[in-house]
Amino acid sequence: MATVTQPQTAEQLAAVCKIIRRHIITMIGAAKSGHPGGSLSAVEILVSLYFGGHLRHDAKNPQWKDRDRFILSKGHACPVLYSVMAEAGYCPVDKLNTFRQMGSIYQGHPDRRFLPAVEASTGSLGEGISIALGMGLASRLDKSPSRSYVMVGDGEIQEGQIWEAAMFGAFHKLDNVCAIVDYNKIQLDGWVKDIMEVAPLAEKWRAFGWHVIELDGHDLTQVEAAFSEAAATKGKPTVLIANTIKGKGVSFMENNPRWHGVAPNADEVAAALKELA
Amino acid sequence: MATTAKFELKMGAATRAAFGKALVELGHENPNVVVCDADLSKSTNTAGFAKEFPDRFFSCGIAEANMVAIGAGLASHGKVAFVSSFSCFVMNKGFEQLRVTSAYAQVPLKVVGTHSGISIGEDGPSQMSIEDIALACSLPGFTVIDPADEFAMKSLVKSAAALSGSVFIRAGRANARIIYDAGQTFEIGKSIELIPGQDVTVIAHGLLVAEAIRASETLAAEGIGVRVIDMHTIKPLDEEAIARAARETGAIVVAEEHLVDGGLGVRVAQVVTRTKPCLMEYVGINETYAESGPPEAVLDKYGLIARDVIAACRKAVGRKRG
Repeated sequence: MATVTQPQTAEQLAAVCKIIRRHIITMIGAAKSGHPGGSLSAVEILVSLYFGGHLRHDAKNPQWKDRDRFILSKGHACPVLYSVMAEAGYCPVDKLNTFRQMGSIYQGHPDRRFLPAVEASTGSLGEGISIALGMGLASRLDKSPSRSYVMVGDGEIQEGQIWEAAMFGAFHKLDNVCAIVDYNKIQLDGWVKDIMEVAPLAEKWRAFGWHVIELDGHDLTQVEAAFSEAAATKGKPTVLIANTIKGKGVSFMENNPRWHGVAPNADEVAAALKELA
Repeated sequence: MATTAKFELKMGAATRAAFGKALVELGHENPNVVVCDADLSKSTNTAGFAKEFPDRFFSCGIAEANMVAIGAGLASHGKVAFVSSFSCFVMNKGFEQLRVTSAYAQVPLKVVGTHSGISIGEDGPSQMSIEDIALACSLPGFTVIDPADEFAMKSLVKSAAALSGSVFIRAGRANARIIYDAGQTFEIGKSIELIPGQDVTVIAHGLLVAEAIRASETLAAEGIGVRVIDMHTIKPLDEEAIARAARETGAIVVAEEHLVDGGLGVRVAQVVTRTKPCLMEYVGINETYAESGPPEAVLDKYGLIARDVIAACRKAVGRKRG
């Protein structure tokens, strides 16, 4: 069996989070477009998955059949995915600043044609959980230990397909699938509660038959524990409702809908990087 | 393969029934074949596969968008994934997912839409699929197939399963007249010339192939030689056969149970205008939705029977002769 990334200490993981946040700011600043807010809110979750030992993966063998899969259904947050994959060894760190340029492997939304190690081409919201569940079915048929993880945005779950998938996952008892809602409470047009309220989230998912874990999505200890609990949960899929802060780590971006899909200018990049030093 | 044999056109099974049988055979041949259906397995005929291979059949409920993306997930994990529903539902409600999770993502999916066209009859326009060919052809990388009878369906489903890319296969609810015998071979992308002729060519797919044969036989008695081509693969097109027909007969009629806009006719015209421009006429559904009724009556009223192919051929030949 291929080697998997070994867990690191909490301090090391926190340090990786800071590096990832710096990449996110730098690459979106270089591209002059992109989505910083929802990338920054997802950092701890992705770092925990890729570096905390939960996602069984091997950058040297990206096509390893029994690997775990991670799908970023909220594809606009791809700067966090690209940064984490680059630091994990899937793709070059020094090319992150080609983000959104012609021919770059770091396309505006995850694109398997340019970066085959991305498990699904996403960007059209609402589709990732379904794909992860299909992967879960295949994995179970093959008696493979492969698990599928999928992150959705809180605005994204306004899409009807999410709830079609929620029904499907519970009905087919896909306990090898774990969804994560990046519950940062902000979407493009403003606060989720003002655009189309999705609360109460835990009750909704529980009613659809999922095992629900609510947590602070920036607390690495809670994130670690949640992934362990998800892996140990049998007979139903698990959803992590990760309470997060949009723009987390950059004071002027935090909890401000303006930073959903706007790139920082040079001064703002410098200010953000200073905070993340 | 040209043939001069007389066509009996005996009534055979519906192509959806042949699809169901082929699926069961595929299931035995390849343990990687899996099937998803959206609460229509008794109608699409995937129920046979479900009974034989319950572990490899996934009930998705009435949720086509989810079903398509579930299929994409299965396919990206190495399965030969079929997703099936009425053509109007899987193509229209699942189109966005076909675009993003299969075509754009280059994940090979086998999509089978049954109850296509207007020959579903009594259920009416909400269940009729008259734009599925246009939609499927607009997905880069998709192969699009409409078999004319049970033998064509059985063979082409097997070929589709073996193909490395995504495929849309169109199937009908109504019984289809038998064109071929069990020994006929089919190749994706290669049309079949059923009747030779030099005055005009009818290019048809699906149910209209039998009508084209009837039209050809009627017009032969009048001294008009009508070449009949079964264009079972609508994408990629057999451009060579189309260019040859344009060159040798100088007039082409395209006959199909689909909207004229976006159907095979438009695609044939693209080839003709690029290779050997010639006169063309179109037999199809014109800018309307049909209505409930017995399939034969609906096909008659909306102009999709031999009579309409004959009229189009006469018009084309008349125009050609000036």
